[in-house]
Amino acid sequence: MFNEWFPNVRMEDMITATNETLYMTLVSVAGTFVLGLLLGLLLYLTGPGGLWENKTLNWITASIVNIFRAIPFIILILLLFPFTDFLLGTIRGPQAALPALIIGGAPFYARLVEIALKEVDKGVVEAAKSMGAKYSTIIFKVLLPESMPALISGITVTAIALIGYTAVAGAIGSGGLGDFAYFYGFQRSNFDVVFICTILIILIVFIFQFIGDAISRKLDKR
Amino acid sequence: MITIKGLSKIFHTKDQDVRAVDDLSLNINKGEIYGVIGYSGAGKSTFIRLLNRLEDPTEGSILVDEQELTSLSKGKLRLARQEIGMIFQHFNLLWSRTVHDNIAFPLEIAGIPKAERQKRVDELIELVGLKGRGGSYPSQLSGGQKQRVGIARALANNPKVLLCDEATSALDPETTDSILDLLVDINEKLGLTIVLITHEMHVIRKICHQVAVMEEGKIVEQGEVLDVFLHPQKPVTKKFVDQVMGDPEKETSLQLIKDNYRSGEIIRLHFVGESTNQALISDLSRKFELDVNILHGKITQTQKGAYGTMFVQFDGDEKEVERAIEYIESTSVEVEVNPHV
Repeated sequence: MFNEWFPNVRMEDMITATNETLYMTLVSVAGTFVLGLLLGLLLYLTGPGGLWENKTLNWITASIVNIFRAIPFIILILLLFPFTDFLLGTIRGPQAALPALIIGGAPFYARLVEIALKEVDKGVVEAAKSMGAKYSTIIFKVLLPESMPALISGITVTAIALIGYTAVAGAIGSGGLGDFAYFYGFQRSNFDVVFICTILIILIVFIFQFIGDAISRKLDKR
Repeated sequence: MITIKGLSKIFHTKDQDVRAVDDLSLNINKGEIYGVIGYSGAGKSTFIRLLNRLEDPTEGSILVDEQELTSLSKGKLRLARQEIGMIFQHFNLLWSRTVHDNIAFPLEIAGIPKAERQKRVDELIELVGLKGRGGSYPSQLSGGQKQRVGIARALANNPKVLLCDEATSALDPETTDSILDLLVDINEKLGLTIVLITHEMHVIRKICHQVAVMEEGKIVEQGEVLDVFLHPQKPVTKKFVDQVMGDPEKETSLQLIKDNYRSGEIIRLHFVGESTNQALISDLSRKFELDVNILHGKITQTQKGAYGTMFVQFDGDEKEVERAIEYIESTSVEVEVNPHV
């Protein structure tokens, strides 16, 4: 029955493509989380009323974030070709998509981190100061734990955007479900392949959303 | 304990400079509960935040336990802050931590080892009356319980001074009273110096030894709570005193009393300090051949004894009334016969 409806779909190809997509997504989410958190903290801490209030540094960080957020992802990949080549020695395959995915995702997540940190009650930061807390203590024991549910929701939203980006990265031959759908599905008019790839991507998105929501809910003690 | 000299804080805004605290000098003794009262905008909030340098002063000096706060480096200031506890109007607890972990937070900051932390937190939970709630999150507590956690947290590192920033303003009257009782209890048990700011005279009346009235960044009146209650000098102070006492002359027309009670004498008694312990009214009716009729009044308790005014009617033989009045004059109760309207 399956073979009748989807004659061109081969299970092992699908599994490989899914694994490649999952690999790109998981690694880029991890990278985006770290880099985005750093950028977001920098934006928040150097911003008006922040612990390290610094107009110049804030302006520089904000500019970098805005520029990279403004570049369409497909163009970003092309722009990063020399960098990727230098870093990994190749511009093809799932690994080669990672620099572009992280550099494209981090600025987006950084803004979400900034918003999450702004939601932390100023009074709590003040209370920590009144106890004689160091800035590092305030960051790691107050700001990050208190904003954790929002940070998790933020990375969930970002992860789903990144799953979309992995499909776009297929255009330069990164591998994964997007790549497979385009080259083996669309270009050879195997629309059953396109259909199954779409279903798989939707499934991955749902799973990420579900896990993100569950963690965020569990952490939220408000 | 705390000596403040020429303290000023100027905020620069676009249109003007605001002197939130203006050349303020003050002395607070060890073990005292010192209340600062003022309307919003009087600068009291800025004042208390200057005491642990959450705001940096523009001018002046703050000496806490012989240590000059204004000249401390950042590192030294952090250590000094560990000896100054602070509680807040909106509690400012970390919602991501349990009651236990919230109280442990200042101990973590001070670098206390875990086993010791555990012991100290248990003591504090007991002290503020939250036994069994250590595992709860702040969102599961009532306002009063949250403030108890705030107090426990502020006391964790055995501070010398406790600053209370409108600590009861977000609580209902009953909870306010229980928190105030707790503060008095801590003050007596630990000999802790407490500085509190409030806009409620009730708070001053109930727990403070000394009071300062603040207006436009300056202290316009200060002294023992009872003295200030008795002889308020400035209009703003009178308003605050009326907040708790009511203004008896205004509240009830004296004329009305006089019209209703034509026989005998109308007497105004003014109770100050310990005098109410003498059970004056029953004394009078036992010692003298007269009827004492209570017409109107209000007596309230402060840390230094009772305070208030009462209108009574003495009915009986003229001589006997005169002797009774002489007797009252020999006590610490102030008396006025036939007060003017």
